[in-house]
Amino acid sequence: MEPPRGQGLVHGHAKERISIKKTRFASLASVAAAGALALALAGCGSGGSSTTTSDGSASANGSSSYQVSMVTDMGGVNDQSFNQLTWEGLQELEKETGIKVGYTESKQESDYATNVDKAVDQGSNLVWGIGFAMDSAIQTAAKQNPDVNFAIIDNAYDESDLTDNLTGVTFRTQEPSFVVGYIAAMTSETGKVGFVGGMQNDIIGTFEWGYRAGVAYANKKAGKNVEVTTQYLETFTDAAKGKAAGQKLYSDGCDVVFQAAGNAGNGVIETAQDAGKYVIGVDKDQYSQAPDNILSSALKRVDKAVIEISKQASEGEDIGGKNVELGMSDDAAGISEHHEHMSDEVYQAAQDLIEQIKDGTLTPPSTEDAYNTFVAGL
Amino acid sequence: MTRQTQGAAAAQAGMVQRILHRPITATLIAIALGFGVAAALLAAAGYDPGASFAALFEGVFSKPKYVSNTIIKAAPIILTGISVAFAFKTGLFNIGAEGQYIAGAVCAVLVGAKLDLPMPLQIPLVVIAGVAGGALIGAITGALKARFGIHEVITSIMLNWTMLYLNNFVVQSAAYHRPTSTSSIPVNASSFTTILPAWKTSDAGLETLRQVPWLYDFLVKTDVNIAFLVAVLVAVGAWFVLFRSKLGYELRAVGFSRDAAEFAGMPVGRNTLIAMAIAGAIPGLAGALMVTGVEPHSISTLAGFENYGFNGFSVALIAGSSPIGCIFAGLLFGGMIYGGQSVQMAVGAPTDIINIMIGTIVFFVALARVVPLVADLLERRAQKRGARHA
Repeated sequence: MEPPRGQGLVHGHAKERISIKKTRFASLASVAAAGALALALAGCGSGGSSTTTSDGSASANGSSSYQVSMVTDMGGVNDQSFNQLTWEGLQELEKETGIKVGYTESKQESDYATNVDKAVDQGSNLVWGIGFAMDSAIQTAAKQNPDVNFAIIDNAYDESDLTDNLTGVTFRTQEPSFVVGYIAAMTSETGKVGFVGGMQNDIIGTFEWGYRAGVAYANKKAGKNVEVTTQYLETFTDAAKGKAAGQKLYSDGCDVVFQAAGNAGNGVIETAQDAGKYVIGVDKDQYSQAPDNILSSALKRVDKAVIEISKQASEGEDIGGKNVELGMSDDAAGISEHHEHMSDEVYQAAQDLIEQIKDGTLTPPSTEDAYNTFVAGL
Repeated sequence: MTRQTQGAAAAQAGMVQRILHRPITATLIAIALGFGVAAALLAAAGYDPGASFAALFEGVFSKPKYVSNTIIKAAPIILTGISVAFAFKTGLFNIGAEGQYIAGAVCAVLVGAKLDLPMPLQIPLVVIAGVAGGALIGAITGALKARFGIHEVITSIMLNWTMLYLNNFVVQSAAYHRPTSTSSIPVNASSFTTILPAWKTSDAGLETLRQVPWLYDFLVKTDVNIAFLVAVLVAVGAWFVLFRSKLGYELRAVGFSRDAAEFAGMPVGRNTLIAMAIAGAIPGLAGALMVTGVEPHSISTLAGFENYGFNGFSVALIAGSSPIGCIFAGLLFGGMIYGGQSVQMAVGAPTDIINIMIGTIVFFVALARVVPLVADLLERRAQKRGARHA
């Protein structure tokens, strides 16, 4: 008498399960689609590598036996953000040089250590950890595997923690922030611009002080009097908080806001769309998210960074034991190519600033102290 | 055809049908089909399926530490699987395992990071805190269902998100935030449920373990902890409560038919509450054991779910809602997820293929009721043929 009733039970719940599973299947479907795409890409990649190797051009420097792998943070390799950008960079590296590349995806925080371990076991010569959440996992692995190089994106280690095979890679994000600050000040009509930061720390500080310096530079050079208002969210994930901060800034009269708050910053972009105001994107070109409202984007080229450093390592250069800072002169930072919301003169002036930053005549500040010195010297 | 061979054929057909009627058969067929679909996908994309599966199995079995890691990763999803299975047997759909898991982890950190007692006191206290946190969240769902008839799926989905944000709130709070990070402070070392945490990295321990290389690999290179053993005990416990106790009899009776159970004089509301509290306590236990047993012994800001609870769903489904079956389903699931990481590195195929494989297996398990139907069809055909011959 039990089995048929048991089946009835399954039946009764089947509908609910379908509705709940739907989202999962939808995501599975998108995963499948993305997977097919990645397959196509990877197919091209490996095809390219085999030809370079048979040419003998790549094996000349021994890089064909060199292996680079990355461990994603919880965003996964299709995160539309820096994990994906890094993987695209590595695939380009494979195509270009024949270096073997691979990745492991972290689904949970407890995966970091085991995934790094697996990357080492698979014979990687260089293992990338993507994101500062992996700092301790990468550091521990570096201690345990002295023969393998480890590098991390967005984290600089203390001098005492740096073993000979460990590299911390950070970006001089104050440089693109400076340029977008200049653009914001030159474009603002209300004389007020805003900044929304994810969390008050050194990394986000480089965005804020670079941006403020850009505004101050415009004030000085173009005789403007633009004010900067700052809001910190204390979250990188909660878009609702970003939305609230954006509403406050726009209703206070800001007509351009620069957001450096990860996913929470998407809330600011939404408010900009609602209010019909300008917003500045961060890390990647966010133009496509709101083509009518994204004034520009401060770009962090993670892909260029991994290509450059992996290449150096494969050529036998010693990359370990130091923190590396990359910026515009390394093509690892920049601004968006989209510029239809600003005048041509402003865009041209921004390009000139980029050139000045590249050749070192202009050094945007990354901290409050450096900012004060910079403004005093204008 | 002689009567004798006919009899033998009928006996054979009967055996096939008996095999097809066993639940395990449907599950095994589903797993085989999952591998089949994955093989087809791999081949279509230009990767060698044989090499890929070899990499998958090597990723789980080729080193003692891989086996160890698989067991470590399987433990929490075995527990969440048992929770879902337990609730299912009592007629409830516990989609809240995710939130209950988070509640367990958060409560373990709340207690374990501030309290520093001797180990024999600290570990039970921290673990009980996690269990209580999960049970409370489960009980809220159960109470809302029992008292107001609000469907447990709605409330537990809402509570999943509530717990996610509670987790982020605790991580950001001044008392628990680890400066310049997205994590909380870790629980004190006295709450670690790692097996021999201090001894295995001490000089004496390393000396002894080096003489047994596989044990060295198994113990030192991983966070071996008690979670798997606890999960096995919980599976047996859940089975016992469900099928060998008066409480379990009543809980299942409510699951089969609320009205009949009520008519028979059973306290349906109270039983719903108890069932959800128990179902909530188990993921809470998993959360606490993960915090105490695995590096970094802390919680972090979550942008989305880590899927401990939702993977538990798949585990329970593969296990056919049998608590004991969850042990094996959890190991299978944990092995595929962990071993799957090797496939990308070895043959270059994206890890998504492993996700598709897992999805396919779950899909076919959900379709498993088709298998007995096929058996019935075969039986009817055989009968017809028999009738014609007679």
